[in-house]
Amino acid sequence: MADIQAKSIDLASQEALRKAREESIKTSWDRLEVQKPQCGFGQLGLCCTVCNMGPCRIDPFGEGAQEGVCGANADTIAARNLVRKIAVGASAHSDHGRDVVHTLALFSEGHAHDYDILDLEKFKSLAEELGIDTNKSKEEIAKELAKRFFAEFGKQEGELLFLKRAPKKRQQIWKKLGISPRGIDREIVELLHTTTMGVDNDYKNLINTGLRCALSDGWGGSMIATDLQDIILGSPQPVRGKVNLGVLKENYVNIVVHGHEPILSEMAVKASQDPELLRLARENGAEGINLAGICCTANEVLMRHGIPVAGNFLQQELAIITGAVEVMMVDVQCIMPALQNIASCYHTKLVTTNPKARFPGVLHVEFQPERAYQVAKQIIRLGIENFVNRNKERVNIPKYEMDLVAGFTKEVIFQILGGRYRATYKPLNEAIISGRLRGLAGIVGCNNPKQTHDYFHTTLVKELIKNDILVLQTGCSAIACAKQGLLIPEAAKEYAGKGLQEICEAVGIPPVLHLGSCVDNSRILTAASCIIQEGGLGEDLSDIPAAGAAPEWMSEKAITIGFYFVASGVYTVFGASPFAVLGSKNLTNYLTKDLESFVGGRFEFCDDPLQMATLMIEHIDRKRKALHLRPLMYQ
Amino acid sequence: MSKLVASSAIKGAWVIFNQAKEFLDKAIKEKGQEQKIGFPETAFYLPMANALLGLKVERLKEVVPILEHAKSLLPNLPTERIWLPYLGDTLNAGIATLLCEEIIMALRYLYREEPQKDCQGFFTDTIMRSLGIQLVDGRMPGFAAILGAAPNNQIAVDIVRQLQGRNILVFVGSSVNGRSIIDQLLEENVQMGWDNYIVPYGRDTLSAIYPLNWAIRSALTFGGIKPGQAQKCLLYTKERVFAFGLVLGEVDEIKYATGAGAISMGFPIIADTDIPQIKPSGITTYEALVKELDYKKIVSRCIEVRGIKVKVTQIPIPVPYAAAFEGERVRKENLYVEFGGKSSLSFEYLVTRKSEEVEDGKIELFGPDIDELEKDKYSMPLAIIVEVYGRKMQKDFEPILERQVHRFINYAMGLMHIGQRDMNWIRISKDAFNKGFRLKHIGIILHAMLHQEYGAIVDKVQVKLYTKQEDVQRLLEEAKKTFTERDERISGMSDEAVDTFYSCLLCQSFAPNHVCIITPERLGLCGAYSWLDAKASYEIMPSGPNQPIQKGPILDEKLGQWKSINDFVYQKSNKTIQKVSMYSLMDSPQSSCGCFECIVAIIPETNGVMIVSRDYTGMTPLGMTFTTLAGSVGGGVQTPGFLGIGRLYITSKKFILAEGGLKRVVWMPKELKQALEERINQRAQELGIPDLLDKIADETKAVSLEELLDFLKKVEHPVLSLEPLI
Repeated sequence: MADIQAKSIDLASQEALRKAREESIKTSWDRLEVQKPQCGFGQLGLCCTVCNMGPCRIDPFGEGAQEGVCGANADTIAARNLVRKIAVGASAHSDHGRDVVHTLALFSEGHAHDYDILDLEKFKSLAEELGIDTNKSKEEIAKELAKRFFAEFGKQEGELLFLKRAPKKRQQIWKKLGISPRGIDREIVELLHTTTMGVDNDYKNLINTGLRCALSDGWGGSMIATDLQDIILGSPQPVRGKVNLGVLKENYVNIVVHGHEPILSEMAVKASQDPELLRLARENGAEGINLAGICCTANEVLMRHGIPVAGNFLQQELAIITGAVEVMMVDVQCIMPALQNIASCYHTKLVTTNPKARFPGVLHVEFQPERAYQVAKQIIRLGIENFVNRNKERVNIPKYEMDLVAGFTKEVIFQILGGRYRATYKPLNEAIISGRLRGLAGIVGCNNPKQTHDYFHTTLVKELIKNDILVLQTGCSAIACAKQGLLIPEAAKEYAGKGLQEICEAVGIPPVLHLGSCVDNSRILTAASCIIQEGGLGEDLSDIPAAGAAPEWMSEKAITIGFYFVASGVYTVFGASPFAVLGSKNLTNYLTKDLESFVGGRFEFCDDPLQMATLMIEHIDRKRKALHLRPLMYQ
Repeated sequence: MSKLVASSAIKGAWVIFNQAKEFLDKAIKEKGQEQKIGFPETAFYLPMANALLGLKVERLKEVVPILEHAKSLLPNLPTERIWLPYLGDTLNAGIATLLCEEIIMALRYLYREEPQKDCQGFFTDTIMRSLGIQLVDGRMPGFAAILGAAPNNQIAVDIVRQLQGRNILVFVGSSVNGRSIIDQLLEENVQMGWDNYIVPYGRDTLSAIYPLNWAIRSALTFGGIKPGQAQKCLLYTKERVFAFGLVLGEVDEIKYATGAGAISMGFPIIADTDIPQIKPSGITTYEALVKELDYKKIVSRCIEVRGIKVKVTQIPIPVPYAAAFEGERVRKENLYVEFGGKSSLSFEYLVTRKSEEVEDGKIELFGPDIDELEKDKYSMPLAIIVEVYGRKMQKDFEPILERQVHRFINYAMGLMHIGQRDMNWIRISKDAFNKGFRLKHIGIILHAMLHQEYGAIVDKVQVKLYTKQEDVQRLLEEAKKTFTERDERISGMSDEAVDTFYSCLLCQSFAPNHVCIITPERLGLCGAYSWLDAKASYEIMPSGPNQPIQKGPILDEKLGQWKSINDFVYQKSNKTIQKVSMYSLMDSPQSSCGCFECIVAIIPETNGVMIVSRDYTGMTPLGMTFTTLAGSVGGGVQTPGFLGIGRLYITSKKFILAEGGLKRVVWMPKELKQALEERINQRAQELGIPDLLDKIADETKAVSLEELLDFLKKVEHPVLSLEPLI
């Protein structure tokens, strides 16, 4: 069993993995073993499949080929491979954003009856920010907003509207470097164009184009997604929730929502409380309907409703393996193709909902915002009807669940620090200035079976909070730490340094704040801008004593997020395996050293979570020194 | 641990809310919803609700929305475990508490249950304005609100004396187990009242709203912040009102709730009991809630936590010495000896001598000291002659320094000083005498204080005290000659005769856009700074609030506008005021900080103006009291037709010259007329209308506009034949 402990530190996952082994079900961990040894050229970024003269590969030892057929060297090949991933990641988040704009547009035309404007205050302030007359009707304002945001995707000139949210100095840096994104789609297209055969052969130029594209995600697509979801679905407020496979309930119809877009799952939340469906559930022998989430869809419904989280990325298969899931409803992104096979071993119905993400032979109930609630009800009904098919013999839900507090946003921070009348970031800034807090860290990203599941996230975060660093989290990283009990307020006393403890006690917060899904990384950007605006911590985002990390990353989206953080001036550490760039010394140096001199942030690759913490702490201390802040209060 | 504080404060807030609700329901039931409600002498309605919500409450029914708002602010209690963030909630509960406490107090006024016995009750607008200058010039560096009672009377007195010794204005009240610090001080015969820097507000915690809704008004009055700009008001009090709360004895839920309100205003709370502390800053400047169990350290801990800058004066005399003792009286029963008044010949005189004639620190007494006073006698003659030398000393500064004798002597506990020159009256109490106070100590005080405050112009100071009748007589004759010379010199001083005016930016610490320009013929609107004062102040502190401005070529003689003055005002008003007329009420008049002694206001129907002084609490023909009027004049904004001024400007030749000067004045309170009688008559003589004073109405002649118009016609006031004002 030692090998199972090496796969995950999470006891629920270990138990589910044991069940999988007993039932001879293969999971990502097993498939990884089969893949080994993984392709060395791929890992180093030295394999080029751009054109049909190839595939070409560069010999990393300098003995064989140093150029592809076209003459591209290691620098060009590795850079092109990397920035293509940026384009893909940006397209994922931004397309998500576009779909939310689409829903808003439908609402404004009276076609999406199941939706409304649930955060009027944010709606109005957004309209004001964009110079829209707020005296108009809700629908008219929504229409105007949708029009403006649609235009963000297709814009050819100028710059994205939300860049203005960044501190002045940051905007100037982008301008000077020529990396202020113009239109979201344009940046993605242009980046892809530069990587095709025989266009951009300068790795530095490729990376700069990549930075601009990444910014169009962080300050564009993702930010639009976050803001409009808050408006349509309601802005999160601090909320309690529960996490881990133990949230699945033995005698309930378990519906698991998985993926990234909350527009449909929000309706599933509503439908799971529908009296008609509840009655049907009872008629089918269940006590009720239990909705739970996986990945970022989980984070979205957790943040807004406190819906329990069944697990993070690597637990999607394990949830089905419990044998207790009637329906797994998926939308887009991070949905393993393996789900279909695993579901077929149980009674679980996998249901796809998005025309962009289908599986051959899997039931597809297409989501349309115009009939959102109906679709959600239809899917939940499928689950209820499937309850009778559950094989009780094969049900084994690991009895592990943990409490958590989520629901922190840029706006909520104002409220929890100052109440309605003193809404402010000042206590946070002053905590850093006075040395009670050392600084801030954003710990985000995925899971990856190449590393012990959740180990990097939790070890790193524990080390940071021990050193008086307040940690902001999103995505699967937040879920990992939540499972270990780091997202409850009581965790401050157990894990945090004395200064952070005092802040947590004064405000009543956990030492680790959950800010939402991976598009909600945009919340970290806007919160950081609020910190600069509050004053006392420099003029630019790169001045803040802060650092970022993606300890167990796997997705292309993580690369894009990393790039927009670095382009915003943040020192960002990628855990475990580095980007596939080490085959090019020049490119590696450019990313991990040179970038800092002009964008203010840079990358670091590190395969030890404690070492990652040390690197981040050292960086934060350097920033403190540059700002001439007081020495730490308690160290 | 701060969760405990949050829980207690939120519980307390609910209790106070329910109390306010029940009281309001009762009042509406008994008196009807149209019943008027309000505090005495304020233009700010229920000030907390006015400042934070922009509500102008005048009737019971209008209180309902405040209560509803307060309820919307009231949060749930933090849970036992897995609690949600509570700091913001607690601050919300604190604001709800302030709003509800204010409602309760206003209702008590309605039922005549306030002010409580021996207590001040609601603090009027007038008090706030008259304290303005002391707050900014450092004489009053901060405020303490004490709640509860000390473990014994001695500690209560000690704490209060320590605060007084640092010139901190102390509000005392509330109680613990039925015992209030107010009674502790009363039992110990501690003199209280505004002049003594000790003000009892009430014996329950709810009445602690008085100092708080007094503080919030300063944001509206001095800060130029509009009612309803809640966050700005609260930041103003945090940054500019140096107040803190000191809780003696157990902190109950009501005190926690009130404390949460105070913290929302940026005022930290210090307690003498073992409470959980809230150290992180941000809502307050430093710690928000701290404990200090050692009574010897508690006052200095308070000062540190609020960040109050105290200038402590250590003077080697046997009695405590601080500005806070300035207003203390020496009554007959406690009198040991007095000088001047009606009882003996007495005067004080400050004069410049040559360097070799002054030996710094030399204090000589010629004649018997007070311990040689004959039995059953209570008075002696006294001449106090202060001889100074300084490289930067000028003849013009002599009267300014001499006027400080009053203040400096008054600061000593057990000494009282009234008047000046040969009109002075000094009393020394038995307590002071018994503690060892003798006449040479007056010399020690004057020497030390002149150095401390005027060290920039005074290099050496020596003091001679004479107590023999013949000496005093002889020296007085010499002094009188100088007094006359001085009067002539200053009355002959005109705006045209000098090439430099002075600015006064003292009040920018609380009214950030206000600029006073002080000319020989127009003193500062607070009445405390004449052109000579400003000049001396500049000598003392070259980078201080009084800066010389070369007046340069004049733009408009009638309005009194100079280009260089306009440029200066534009810059220093943070580019909010483009031009200012020194002699006009209607065209770009000077702005006001809020400390003005009087308001000049146009009464369009009469074609004239009225002047109201801040001591006058009655109604004016404009249908507004001073406080209501003042609400629209302060905050560093120009308001044509309304002007804040110092009293003495009224009889200046430059008094609203552009509008016709003193002839425009149709109404003044009687008390003001009396105070300025001689000067007004003299000025009227110059204007060729010797009976002008009789033609100016007062409250005994007219309170309404109709009465005023009738009166003016009857007396044929010159204003009737002047060109139209508008």
